[in-house]
Amino acid sequence: MAKQLYFEDVEVGMEIPPITKHPSTTTLVRWAGASEDYYPIHYDKDFALASNLPGVIVHGRLKAAYLGNLMTNWIGDQGILRKLTCNYRGMDLPCSVLTCKGKVVNKFQQNGENLVECDISLENDKGETTTPGSAVVALPSCKKK
Amino acid sequence: MAENAAVTDEMKKWIGRESEATVIPIEKFMVLKFALATDDNNPLWQNEEYAKKSKHGGIMVPPNMLCCSMLSGGANRPTPPHNYNRRLDGGATWDFYKPMMVGDTIASVAKLVDIKSREGKMGTMLFFVWEIIHTNQKGELVAKTTSTGICY
Repeated sequence: MAKQLYFEDVEVGMEIPPITKHPSTTTLVRWAGASEDYYPIHYDKDFALASNLPGVIVHGRLKAAYLGNLMTNWIGDQGILRKLTCNYRGMDLPCSVLTCKGKVVNKFQQNGENLVECDISLENDKGETTTPGSAVVALPSCKKK
Repeated sequence: MAENAAVTDEMKKWIGRESEATVIPIEKFMVLKFALATDDNNPLWQNEEYAKKSKHGGIMVPPNMLCCSMLSGGANRPTPPHNYNRRLDGGATWDFYKPMMVGDTIASVAKLVDIKSREGKMGTMLFFVWEIIHTNQKGELVAKTTSTGICY
């Protein structure tokens, strides 16, 4: 797994290494099964079109899970995800390349924890942010190694 | 139409209503399926030997697994009857208090906390906000989900 990230390594303005995801229609079915979300707008094109959608769309919650993955990859085995927020502002279609990225906006200590607050977002392949969000993580201190 | 005009008194009576608990034992295979669906190869939630040596001492449930409808969405959210048949997910916040481990049984209770309405591109839209409390088999609070659903 990636090198452990420590609280002291983090500075405000620092970027989180981005990750990309390539959800296909198969991914949507897989997610439907793994998460028990069988709302047909995510796998039945006729139903999606009748719902005034351009076709089947990527589950908002799958995009939230992708953004959670951005954070858990970054914080390493000893980091803890404390909070994740996502707004599903735009729709994403399967077969697009989705990029999860983020930036540190604050770092502080609270209740004995070293906390880092980040603005995060998921972008489509046109560079449009369809899912803005934020996250708070707790990181170990390298002084206590 | 004015802000919240589509929220009727009958609907407002539902605010504060709680669901029965949805109780789900988290098994290793569910975590594996989640990791495959999200294309997440983190050994913390897949490799038993690796996970045993970590500070958690075993396979942890990825925190973002709470994004799954079976745990923080779905049919158990109290929702008043209405005439808007189409729905979308608006967004959510997850607060994580304690790690969940494979083998834990997670009970989730959803409460309707707010209803709003607004005119949008797709006509009248109803916004339901639920708060879902997740506890483990020891009764410890492990997480809270605040989720917004849109009907139009």
